[in-house]
Amino acid sequence: MYAGQESVNNAVNSKRPVNLDLSTIHFPLPALTSIVHRITGVILFVGLIFAFWALDASLSSPEGFEAVRDTLAHNFLAKLIAWGLLSALGYHFVAGIKHLVMDADIGVTLEGGVKKAQITIVLSALLIVLAGVWVW
Amino acid sequence: MVTNITNLGRSGVSDWLIQRVSAVVMALYTLFIVGFLLFSSDLDYATWSGLFAQTWMRIFSLLAFVSIAAHAWVGLWTVTTDYIKPAGIRIAAQSIIILANFVFLVWGIQVVWGA
Repeated sequence: MYAGQESVNNAVNSKRPVNLDLSTIHFPLPALTSIVHRITGVILFVGLIFAFWALDASLSSPEGFEAVRDTLAHNFLAKLIAWGLLSALGYHFVAGIKHLVMDADIGVTLEGGVKKAQITIVLSALLIVLAGVWVW
Repeated sequence: MVTNITNLGRSGVSDWLIQRVSAVVMALYTLFIVGFLLFSSDLDYATWSGLFAQTWMRIFSLLAFVSIAAHAWVGLWTVTTDYIKPAGIRIAAQSIIILANFVFLVWGIQVVWGA
């Protein structure tokens, strides 16, 4: 019998109510915004390849500049990548500002944490829409 | 005190500060680039390359690229340390991240400061 079995047996046999309905258990909003902050960070790191490629090509020659502009103007996949990276950047930016606000000891309460997570989602959603308008 | 030989500043407080200073530098650089692209309608090569020919822009860019390298390492070190438990895979992943960071930095310097 492995170590975890005993605690499982205790939990099953105890008279305490046990909630096994996983659909009712979920992360609180601040936890979700924190995880997305990490995910967008990883995405942005990978996206540096595209950013540096675009910067390199656009500064290499007038032809390179036109190639980048033409790609961003007409290639659907390029537009999608640009929008995706700008969206990740917008979210990571807003969530980063939230960190600085927390560092300044503002709203570091349970209610404040939920409030700031909500503000993060609203502001980044706005930036994502604006980024989409910019790209298309 | 918990010490770790792979994090950037060798202390959590140091990493915390590096992460914030680099974040502010990148935020300013991002706002500047986005603002420049938005407000220069019909941007052409001459204007774009002219911007990056300025010494202050090259310094600003280098500062941003160094900040990217530091920020990405602190962030990805945290993520890999949190989620990749087997030491061998974690060290391998972190080695790839360090290499990629180095390549991005040298690439960026070459683009902005190269001939």
